[in-house]
Amino acid sequence: MEPINIVNSIITPLDRKNVDTDQIISKEFLKRIERTGFGRYLFHHWRFDEDGKPNADFVLNKPEYKGSQILVAQDNFGCGSSREHAPWAILDYGFRVVIAPSFADIFHNNCFKNGILPIKLSETECDELLAKGLQTPYNVEVDLESQTVTASDGKVYRFNIDPYYKQMLLNGWDEISLTFQYEYQIKAYEEKRIVFQ
Amino acid sequence: MAKNIIEKIWDSHIVHQEAGKPDLLYIDLHLIHEVTSPQAFEGLRLAGRKVRRPDLCFATMDHNVPTKNLPIINDPIAKKQIMTLAENAKEFGIQLADMGHPDQGIVHVIGPELGLTQPGKTIVCGDSHTSTHGAFGALAFGIGTSEVEHVLSTQTLWQTKPPTMEIRVNGKLGVGVSAKDIILAIIAKWGIGVGTGHIVEYTGEAIRSLTMEERMTICNMSIEAGAKAGLISPDQTTVDFIRGRRFAPKSENFETAANYWLSLASDEGCSYDVVLEIDASEIEPIVTWGTNPSMGSGVSKTVPSAADFESESDKAALQKALSYMGLKEGQPISSIEIQHVFIGSCTNSRLSDLRTAASIIEGKKVAPGVKAIVVPGSYSTKAAAEKEGLDKIFLEAGFEWRESGCSACLGMNEDIVPSGERCASTSNRNFEGRQGAGARTHLVSPAMAAAAAIEGHFVDVRNYATQEV
Repeated sequence: MEPINIVNSIITPLDRKNVDTDQIISKEFLKRIERTGFGRYLFHHWRFDEDGKPNADFVLNKPEYKGSQILVAQDNFGCGSSREHAPWAILDYGFRVVIAPSFADIFHNNCFKNGILPIKLSETECDELLAKGLQTPYNVEVDLESQTVTASDGKVYRFNIDPYYKQMLLNGWDEISLTFQYEYQIKAYEEKRIVFQ
Repeated sequence: MAKNIIEKIWDSHIVHQEAGKPDLLYIDLHLIHEVTSPQAFEGLRLAGRKVRRPDLCFATMDHNVPTKNLPIINDPIAKKQIMTLAENAKEFGIQLADMGHPDQGIVHVIGPELGLTQPGKTIVCGDSHTSTHGAFGALAFGIGTSEVEHVLSTQTLWQTKPPTMEIRVNGKLGVGVSAKDIILAIIAKWGIGVGTGHIVEYTGEAIRSLTMEERMTICNMSIEAGAKAGLISPDQTTVDFIRGRRFAPKSENFETAANYWLSLASDEGCSYDVVLEIDASEIEPIVTWGTNPSMGSGVSKTVPSAADFESESDKAALQKALSYMGLKEGQPISSIEIQHVFIGSCTNSRLSDLRTAASIIEGKKVAPGVKAIVVPGSYSTKAAAEKEGLDKIFLEAGFEWRESGCSACLGMNEDIVPSGERCASTSNRNFEGRQGAGARTHLVSPAMAAAAAIEGHFVDVRNYATQEV
C-alpha cells in the first residue's frame, strides 16, 4: 500500500449526503476479479447518461476539477454494501483523501487498507469547504502528520484520527505481515478456544 | 459486573490487546462468496501465503448465479468470477456449496440452515448483510476484501471495540405486521446513520416473541441503520432452531453447548452506551418511497411533503428522491402502482416468508402487467417449499418460481428491473439503480409484496388479510 502524508490539490465538492457504495461503484462492475482498473467506473450512473454520454452537470465531469485528489461530501459517506471495489474505484480514479462529516463503518475501514485517508470534519466545516469548492476551484493541503487541512486562503482545519491507523497510512504498512508477528498469541488462543463438536 | 452479550462475545475473542491499538479478535466462522473474495485469494497467492484455518471457512456462490436455465451462465465475466471461486476453494481446501449443490444458497440463508451459525461465534463475510447471523446471538459483521484476505491468512482481525446500543421493541406487533416492518420502522424513525459506529442489541417483548427467521430479518437490516452489527440474545427459540442441524454440536455435546449459549444472553442490569425504544403496537406495514431505507411510510399514510422536513438539506434530499422515484409529494402510498414484484434476498427468502406470501396469493392471480418472481433463499428452502406445494400456489397465481440466489436484490445476474419501472421488493436496499439502472425499488414485507402483486398497487395487508378470512 502506498504511504500517504501530504496531499496538495483542489477539492472536488460532491454536495450530497448518504452517498452509498452502490453509487460509488455500481454492481455491474463487481464481476471483475482484479483489484485495479475500477476508476473509469466510479460514480458511473451519475457521470454518464443511459447512452453513455458524460453528464455535464456532474461535478466529476467539470473540467475545473480535473486532477483533484481530494473528494469532499456530506454526511454518512460510503453507506451500504461492504464492496471494497468502492475505495478501489476512488483510489484508481485519483483520489487519495475523502473529507466528510461522517463515514459508514465498513467503507471507513476499507479506506485504511488501501492508502486512502478518510477525514472527518464537522458538518459546518464540510459545508464551508463544499460552498467554496463549488464557487471556484479551491486548493487545500492535507497534512496527515500534523492532522491539518490548510486551505489556500490560510484557513486551517484540524482533524482527529486513530493513532494506529495514522501510522498505518503514514508507513503504508501491510497489516497481514504485522499480524504474523502475533503468531504465538494466535496459537495460544486456538488452544484454549471454546469449540463444541 | 453485569455485561451485555456484545461485551461477553468481544471479551472472549481477544487474542491480543495493548494500549493504542485495536484489539486482535479471533474469527470463528468465515463465510465466502464469489464477488468479494477473488482479489483476496489472489493476494494470498502473490504473497505465497496459505489459508490458516480452511476448516473455519465455508464458501458458496450466490450474488452472480442465474436463477433460471441452470447451469448456463450467459455472462462470461460472471462465469469467470464463479469459476474463480471454485478454483480458489479447491486450491486452498475450503468447503464449497457450488452451483447446483444441495447446500447452495444465499450465504446468509445457508449459514443458519446448516447449523454453522451459532451463538457466541464471531462470524465475518465480505458482505454487509453478515449482520443476519446476529439473530443467533453471534457477533457477525461485514468486511472488505482486504479484511477477507487478513482473515484467510490469520483467522483474526484488528478491531476497535465499538460502543453498544440497545434498541428495545416494547409491546406486541399487530396482525399483518411483520419483522420487516419493525426494522423498516426503526430505520424510518431514527435514520440510516443511527447505528453508525455501534453494535446494536435488539431487545424487548416484541423481539423475544419472534421466530428465528423473523429475527434474521431484523438483524439482516442492521447495516441499513448504519450499525456494524446487530444481534439478539439467545434463548430457547435459538437453541431449538439449531438442534439437529448438520454442523450443530453432536447430541452428546449439545446440552453443554446450549447451556453455554444461554449463558451469553445479556445480564440483568447490564448497560449500553445508547438506548432507544419503540412501541411495536404503533408499527404498521411500511413501504419505502425513496432512495434509502429510511425513506419509508406506513401503508395508510402518504409520501411526505417538503413541509414535513425542517432542514434545507432534507428538503433537497426529498426532492432528489421523489424525482428519481417518479412520485409526488403527498401522494397516498396505496396509489403507487407497481410493475414488478420480487420475493427473495437474504432479508426475506426463507420458508416462513414464502409461506406467508403464498397464503396471501393462494387462489388469486397476479394483476395484469405485473411481473412477479419468487427466488427462494437456498436450494434446501426451495426443496422444502416444493414439498409443501408452495411452488404450485405461486405458479398458479402467475409468479415465476426460480432457483436460489441473490437475484434482483442487487441485479448482478440477469434479474433486473427495467429503467423507470417500479418493484415491490422484499429485499433490503432501495438505492438508486440498485435493482437495475433507473429502477424504482419499494421495500416491503413478503405479505405486502404478495398483496401488491395481486392488486397491482400497494394495499394494507392488515385489511387484506381480514377481508379474506
